[in-house]
Amino acid sequence: MAEILQPPAAAHLRSKDTKHQKIAFAVMLAFFALAPLVIYPVFLMKVMCFALFACAFNLLLGFVGLLSFGHAMFLGIAGYTAAHAAKVWGLTPELAILCGAGAACVLGIASGLIAIRRQGIYFAMITLALAQMVYFFCVQAPFTGGEDGIQAVPRGALFGVISLGDVRAMYVTVFSIFIAGFLLIYRIVHSPFGQVLKAIRENEARAVSLGYDTDRYKLVAFVLSATLAGVAGAMNAIVFQLAALNAVHWTMSGEVVLMTLVGGLGTVFGPVVGALAVLAMENYLATLGAWVTIAQGVIFVLCVLTFRRGIVGELSKRLSKPL
Amino acid sequence: MTEIFGISTQALFGQLLIGLINGSFYALLSLGLAVIFGLLNIINFAHGAQYMMGAFCAWFLLNKLGLSYWWALLIVPLIVGASGMLIERLMLSRLYKLDHLYGFLLTFGLALIIQGVFRQQFGSSGLPYSMPKALEGGQNLGFMFLPNYRAWVIVASATVCLGTWFMIEKTKLGSYLRAATENPELVQAFGVNVPRMITLTYGFGVGLAGLAGVMAAPIYSVSPLMGADLIIVVFAVVVIGGMGSIMGSILTGFGLGLVEGLTKVFYPEASNTVIFIVMAIVLMIKPAGLFGTQR
Repeated sequence: MAEILQPPAAAHLRSKDTKHQKIAFAVMLAFFALAPLVIYPVFLMKVMCFALFACAFNLLLGFVGLLSFGHAMFLGIAGYTAAHAAKVWGLTPELAILCGAGAACVLGIASGLIAIRRQGIYFAMITLALAQMVYFFCVQAPFTGGEDGIQAVPRGALFGVISLGDVRAMYVTVFSIFIAGFLLIYRIVHSPFGQVLKAIRENEARAVSLGYDTDRYKLVAFVLSATLAGVAGAMNAIVFQLAALNAVHWTMSGEVVLMTLVGGLGTVFGPVVGALAVLAMENYLATLGAWVTIAQGVIFVLCVLTFRRGIVGELSKRLSKPL
Repeated sequence: MTEIFGISTQALFGQLLIGLINGSFYALLSLGLAVIFGLLNIINFAHGAQYMMGAFCAWFLLNKLGLSYWWALLIVPLIVGASGMLIERLMLSRLYKLDHLYGFLLTFGLALIIQGVFRQQFGSSGLPYSMPKALEGGQNLGFMFLPNYRAWVIVASATVCLGTWFMIEKTKLGSYLRAATENPELVQAFGVNVPRMITLTYGFGVGLAGLAGVMAAPIYSVSPLMGADLIIVVFAVVVIGGMGSIMGSILTGFGLGLVEGLTKVFYPEASNTVIFIVMAIVLMIKPAGLFGTQR
């Protein structure tokens, strides 16, 4: 079945055009491998966490056409769970991150079952409302520490052996998880399953008429996206040794939309570039208070009005190669 | 003191009153969203920011120009509505041919800008707005104390909502609007200036948000983020009601205010989340919403 839906472009893509993606991938690897020599590594780790978050979000918006405006709930709940697991249960970081991803997966199933009942703009409103519910839960639940969050989370030792207190070890860990997550998403998008997702994006009615249970595909995509966002959130909590309310707030959901939009919707590398660009901007303006919000808003408006392809999307069009 | 289910009637009616007040704002805001959505197919994320602008405009008129609450009720919706029409002409009108999600994202960006600018100017803490003299005090109804201003808000909001319903469902102007919602090309062919109608409709919906802001100013403190969380609740209200009918959004707004008030009495921990829980339940049972039609 899946072969029928594969557009000619995709068949073409397998032979020649992956070359450019391979080059782009090598550039990305080289950047994150060499950048810590000149850029503050903690900032780069933040970029990789958010790049994975944005890639997970893009899996849903760019490849299934579902705009989730509540993805912060997965980032946040995974962060809290990982922090709790590492601090209170004393688990090693890799297990803590798995716990976080598991929590995000469960939340993804629950919220996905509700949200996929509507499409388009309603889907965005419903995910936003569900995320707000999770936010209020996190404000009130005892284990999240309310306004203070969970502080001083131990980074621990990877597999109980390699101490992550060392910045280099932490960096390599984050780098490996980010690359693994990125490749997984690439694999999902370019699998027969991914082709069905794109078919749903292009024309859901036709996908249904071809016999696909589109609701199930959408749910699986939603849960995958939520789980990967959870990995990003859990990793973020371990790196910064903190899980706090700002990760669950709707502004965070807006930020990941912005990163994806700036980088390029539906492109493979766009969310990574977008995360780097948005975080660099925020870092630069951080001392100016409300100006960060204003700048985010202005970029949103400009992107929507004049730059809908985003950085990578524009580049990809110039080269007429998918990136 | 009389008691129902172990709760004093004083507390019960007090919370129901607060629920009705909140419901008034839910109704006014979701009505505006529904009117805009009907014609523009855009969910106006900036609605909360525009409600906040309404409250700030009223504060500005009173404290800088000495114009009273009653003037604000009249002037502020016009100012906020005019700013909305400007936004529609300059930005939203460029997006009608694209996926509707872009309109949502654009208005989200606008909300960030508006809230950021006000936060930069006024800080995050609230500004007080004094109660209009004529509405100070209250009535003792025997079973509860009813502050005059709160009674006024409920009555005024219900009147505005019903007026809007009447205008859209029963007048000639409203019939143009409903026709343009169904088929804009055809209405345009009959010589109605549809683009102008779209601009005016957006201005009207936004003006309603401004009006709600003025009414909220004496109750809640006037602060840059007063609309930010409210708008998300209003989205949930809209999902519950479905956007098919004007009367539906009014009834859902008031009804959910009451539900929230009741929750505060019986299980206060859930009062923040009850509307979202209702939303989840409604989606499971009737995905199109209580008054909506699935499209």
